[in-house]
Amino acid sequence: MLRRRFFWLVLALIVVSVLFLTLGAKGSWSFTLWFRGQKLASLVLIGGAISTATILFQTITHNRILTPSIMGFDALYVLILTVMIFMMGASGYAQFLKVELFLINLVLLTLASVALFTVLLKDQSSDLMRMVLTGIILGSLFRSLVQMIQRLIDPSEFSVLQSVSFARFNKVDADLLLVSAVLVGLTWAVIWKMRHRLDILALGVVLPVSLGADPNRGQLLVLVLISILVSVSTALVGPVAFLGLLVSSLTYRLIPSWHHGHILPAAILIGGITLVGGQMVLERILHLETPLAVVVECLGGLVFLFLILRKGSA
Amino acid sequence: MIRITDISHQIAGQEILHRVNLDIPQGGLTALVGPNGAGKSTLLSLVARLLKAQSGRIEINGKDLSQYSHADLAKLLAILPQVLTSTHRISVKDLVGFGRYPYSRGRLGPQDRKVVAQVLQSFELQQIQDRFLDTLSGGQRQRAYTAMAWAQDTEYLLLDEPLNNLDIAASRSLMARLKTLAKQEQRTIVIVLHDINYAAGYADHIVALKAGQIVAAGSPQEIVSEGFLRDVFETDAKVVLAGERPLVVV
Repeated sequence: MLRRRFFWLVLALIVVSVLFLTLGAKGSWSFTLWFRGQKLASLVLIGGAISTATILFQTITHNRILTPSIMGFDALYVLILTVMIFMMGASGYAQFLKVELFLINLVLLTLASVALFTVLLKDQSSDLMRMVLTGIILGSLFRSLVQMIQRLIDPSEFSVLQSVSFARFNKVDADLLLVSAVLVGLTWAVIWKMRHRLDILALGVVLPVSLGADPNRGQLLVLVLISILVSVSTALVGPVAFLGLLVSSLTYRLIPSWHHGHILPAAILIGGITLVGGQMVLERILHLETPLAVVVECLGGLVFLFLILRKGSA
Repeated sequence: MIRITDISHQIAGQEILHRVNLDIPQGGLTALVGPNGAGKSTLLSLVARLLKAQSGRIEINGKDLSQYSHADLAKLLAILPQVLTSTHRISVKDLVGFGRYPYSRGRLGPQDRKVVAQVLQSFELQQIQDRFLDTLSGGQRQRAYTAMAWAQDTEYLLLDEPLNNLDIAASRSLMARLKTLAKQEQRTIVIVLHDINYAAGYADHIVALKAGQIVAAGSPQEIVSEGFLRDVFETDAKVVLAGERPLVVV
C-alpha cells in the first residue's frame, strides 16, 4: 500500500512540475525552461526543507501540532537579521556578500535556537498546551522586537529588511539557491542516516533511554538540523507559518507508518507538490495575483485550528 | 546484582528518598511496594538512569552506573515507564522490533528477526502482530510494550506499575508470564506494584518503601503480615494464608 502511495506522490510531483514548466510558455523555450526551472528547483527545495524541519521537530517534541515556525524559529531568524542590519547599518551590510551574510545568520540562528529550545524542551513533562502558548508568545515577542527595531532604523535599511520579513514564493534569490541546495542536501543526508534513531526518539521520553538512544544528544543534533533548514527556507522565501503543519498533517494521513524512512521522503514530495502545484494553479490557471503564501497560510491555519480543537475535545 | 548504596534524592526541595541501601538479588521477580509517594518510581528511575543520582551510588554487576555508555546499558537493563502512549501508529511487530535497537541500530538482522519471532510467540502476540497499537485494548498494548522490553534481551528489566488500567485477567496473565519467563531465561525483573496481593502472589522477593526509606525486604511469606500492613500502609487488614502465599483480605 505504501509503495503505491509513493508511486502516486512521485507521479503527482512530476505532473505538476511539467505543467509548471510548460503551461502558458511564450517566446524562447530555452529561456523559459531555464528561468522556470530555477523557480521550480527552489520551490521543491523550500517545500522539502520546511516539511522535513517540521517532521523532525514533531518527532523530538512528541506531538503533531507544534512546528518550528509556530515555536518562533523563523521569527528568530528575522530578528537576528534585523539586529545585524541595525548594528551595522545599510552600508556595513552592503559590504557583505549575500552568501556570507546568509551563513553568518545561519550560525547565529543555530546557536540561538539550540540555547533557547534545549531550555524549553528540558522539562519533558511539559504539556502540549503550555508549549503551544510558549511558542506563540515567543513568536510574537520576536516579531514585536523586529517591528520595534524597524522603527528605529532609517528607510534604506528598512527596505533591505522588508524584503526578508514577508513570505514570497514568486521571487526567489538565485544567488542563494546553490548554497541552499548544497546545505539542504547535506542536511537530508544526515537525517537519512539517523532515520532509525528518529523512529526510536519519537517513542517518548523514557523508551529512547531504555533502548540506548541518548535523547539529549539526539535532540541537540536535530535542533541544529532544524536550524539549518529553517535558515535556508527563511532566507529564500521569508517566514511561512503554517506550510509545515499542512504538509506534516497530510503526510501522517497518507503514510500511516512510524518509520522515518517512509515519512520523510513522503513529506518532501508532498511539500514540493503543495508549493509547485499551488504556484502553478494560482499563476498559470487562475491568473491570480494573490500570493501563494496567503493561500497556504490560510489552509495551514485552518488545519492548526482543527488539530487544536480536536485535541481539546479529546 | 544491582547494589544501591546511600541514595538520597530531592525533587523541588522535597526529599523523596532518604539514604536508601538495597541489594536487589539476581534472578526472579522483585516487587517494590509501598504507599503512594513512598519513592518507588523515583528509585526505579534512578536505577534506569532516567534521573541523575544526587548522592550515593548505584552499581550494576559491580560497575558504577555512570560508567556505562547509553548503548552498553541498553543491552543490560531495560525499563518500561508507567504511562505508555496509546496513540502510536506502530504495528505490534515493529514495536517488538524496536526492542532490538541496542543490537541492530534499526537494521534487523536474521538473529534479531529470530528473537522478535520468539518473543511474539512467548507473549502470544502473533495473532495481532500486524495491528497498530492504537487499535489494541489496554491489556494487549501493555503486553506488546512488555514484549518489546523483553526483546531487548537484558539481564535486568524494570517495570513501573505495569498493571495500571489492566483488568484481573490481563493482570494475572502478565504476572504469570513474567514469572515463568524470568525463571526460564534467568533474568531479574524489578516491578513496582500497587496491589500488595499481586506482589504476595507472584514475587520471589518484596521490598517495601515508606516515606523514602526501605522498611522491609524479604520473601512474601516473611514480610506480608497484619503488622506489616499497619506499619507500612497504615491500614487494618486481615492477612490469611492461601496455600503457602499470604493473601490480604481487602
